Amino acid sequence: MASHYEAPIRRPLVTGEKSYHDVTVDVARPVEGKANRAWWIVFSIALVAFLWGIGCIIYTVSTGIGVWGLNKTVNWAWDITNFVWWVGIGHAGTLISAVLLLFRQKWRMAINRSAEAMTIFAVFQAGLFPIIHMGRPWLAYWVLPIPNQFGSLWVNFNSPLLWDVFAISTYLSVSLVFWWTGLLPDFAMLRDRAVRPFQKKIYSLVSFGWSGRAKDWQRFEEVSLVLAGLATPLVLSVHTIVSFDFATSIVPGWHTTIFPPYFVAGAIFSGFAMVNTLLIIMRKVCNLEDYITVQHIELMNIVIMLTGSIVGVAYITELFIAWYSGVEYEQFAFLNRATGPYWWAYWCMMSFNVFSPQFMWFKKLRTSIMFSFFISIVVNIGMWFERFVIIVTSLHRDYLPSSWTMFSPTFVDIGIFIGTIGFFFVLFLLYARTFPVIAQAEIKTILKSSGERYKRIRESGETLSGTGADSRTSNFKIPEETTASKPLQDNTEKLGNLLEGVGRFDASIQTADDLKVISGIGPKMEDVLNNIGIFTYAQVSKMTKREYDLLDEITGSFPGRAERDDWSGQAKNLINN
Amino acid sequence: MEASKVIHAIYTDDDILMSAVKTVKAERYHIEEIYTPFPVHGLDKAMGLAPTRLAITAFLYGAVGLAVATVMMNYIMIQDWPQDIGGKPSFSFLENMPAFVPIMFELTVFFSAHLMVITFYMRSKIWPFKKAENPDPRTTDDHFLMEIAVHNNEESLTNLLKDTGAVEINIVNKDEDAH
Repeated sequence: MASHYEAPIRRPLVTGEKSYHDVTVDVARPVEGKANRAWWIVFSIALVAFLWGIGCIIYTVSTGIGVWGLNKTVNWAWDITNFVWWVGIGHAGTLISAVLLLFRQKWRMAINRSAEAMTIFAVFQAGLFPIIHMGRPWLAYWVLPIPNQFGSLWVNFNSPLLWDVFAISTYLSVSLVFWWTGLLPDFAMLRDRAVRPFQKKIYSLVSFGWSGRAKDWQRFEEVSLVLAGLATPLVLSVHTIVSFDFATSIVPGWHTTIFPPYFVAGAIFSGFAMVNTLLIIMRKVCNLEDYITVQHIELMNIVIMLTGSIVGVAYITELFIAWYSGVEYEQFAFLNRATGPYWWAYWCMMSFNVFSPQFMWFKKLRTSIMFSFFISIVVNIGMWFERFVIIVTSLHRDYLPSSWTMFSPTFVDIGIFIGTIGFFFVLFLLYARTFPVIAQAEIKTILKSSGERYKRIRESGETLSGTGADSRTSNFKIPEETTASKPLQDNTEKLGNLLEGVGRFDASIQTADDLKVISGIGPKMEDVLNNIGIFTYAQVSKMTKREYDLLDEITGSFPGRAERDDWSGQAKNLINN
Repeated sequence: MEASKVIHAIYTDDDILMSAVKTVKAERYHIEEIYTPFPVHGLDKAMGLAPTRLAITAFLYGAVGLAVATVMMNYIMIQDWPQDIGGKPSFSFLENMPAFVPIMFELTVFFSAHLMVITFYMRSKIWPFKKAENPDPRTTDDHFLMEIAVHNNEESLTNLLKDTGAVEINIVNKDEDAH
């Protein structure tokens, strides 16, 4: 039998008094509830940005790439900068779910679902740029090695740009499959809770009829492990190949063998920063502070600090090698980056990416949510500047001083970039409202070892056996009861039983609470409850499956409503706050 | 058409379920199926399920992917239309192979991952529009359901399951053609 042992020194990964059912309710709440005003405001802004981006893309495709700020010397600028930036962001998801799975890091479970979603949405954005830059996006299929009408004409498999096509398509499709397979049990949970037929239908469809058989779970775990094993070299290969786009050229500043590891570290760095940005907001909006704890944020900050330092070493190594190589073109490229007309971009990059993560050495700072959020934004900006510096400052002063120039983006360049940010947030916000944002089935496997409640029970020396039961979903029924017909009770008797369960209200010493605060209780239901004799949160919090059933029998309206909305859990929260 | 009878024992705790499985197995009953909301570690071994061979299939699919990539690179770049790209002539697969390593790696991973997942979906019978078959919706929340076939031993089986800590025991008539 699983011992559920975990060293006492480990801090709980799930805080609060959570049972298995609580995990279900907490993960399902954002999906089953209504979107609040903040969600609609952010969604509208993102949608407007997205539509603006679509407008700019249509303008580009219908007029030509000439509407961008590119010129003869700087012939590759924001498009590739944005592409590499988005691909880099798209690295943390698979890193968290695959590499941390191989290392058996339990803290990944609270964040892997959203990090993978972020990965997939970010790779979408990245993929847009090469396709737009083709000029004729409807001919994008020409990058595939398909027999064609031009004779034996094939795509060039010696080109890193084609390697990129294969690397990114493989990465996107494998990440998608990894993500979706992990989602099946969680979609099944939403399906089995859904009351409205439309939702039931949709979640039945997307859960692929997942039933949770022992054999299915055995295969599920094996598939997750093998996919993690495959995705780990895959995620490292993708940014390696992206770096080949530059490293295999002979442009000074690009032509360096340090690029693959340097790009991979930078990708992990920017990816974790974006995960921090998104999750710090999401844990608040979706009330998931018990699952995405400060400890999770702290651990991500440590990864940011580590990878930021690796990136710093790479920057300095580049400078050293440029000097040590004795190649004057290399030396000029780096001197020009730091002191040329784009010095400000270079020093933004240096201070945002190398200096700012060093604050994370201080425990006080890396456990501060506001500070973590601030640094994550700084790193996101810094990593965009890194790509801008590598690309534009290497190109703008080439071998021929007469063609030296500067780059300035047009409104179209800016519009498309803003548009992809809008598109990304549109997707992420829709995801946050419709998907189980936490891998709840996985969380349940570690609840008894890493949940605060179970840690406490274990440390008090009691057995964990039987503690998974929750009075809200099931009472201990003796089997005879199910076969024998229930004794007929009249309403007064039921009422007596109900009040016996929750306790009677004494108006002389207690004050009535506003029950309408509980989601699912309207003015009408409050009247009904008051008539029965339920006036306080304390009474509601004591309701179990038995009381819910009695209530349904008495009122006859909305059967199952109280259980689904988890009135008792809500009332407990109201008492505690 | 024969209607078969099964017994559904519902548990609310993974540890109780595990000890129940051991008791039931020790009494030499055959457990048809167990539905759980999350993977209970060691359950497959306790039930006597054979280990899954999906990892082996992943390896084989990867080998297929590598072979496909090799054949494809050789045909496209060396045999069908050899070119001299950047002073590096493509007339020998072995000499040009280093340039194909990224493609060979990606296709190995692509074949291995996708075909393994498709095999998993087929073997576990999960795909879009498939109807869920868990008998109780609570088995995706916090309940665990053990299904055992009844062969004129209802009484003894019910008593045994009651002793193992089941919170609900239901006898269900299963139509054979309902699948």
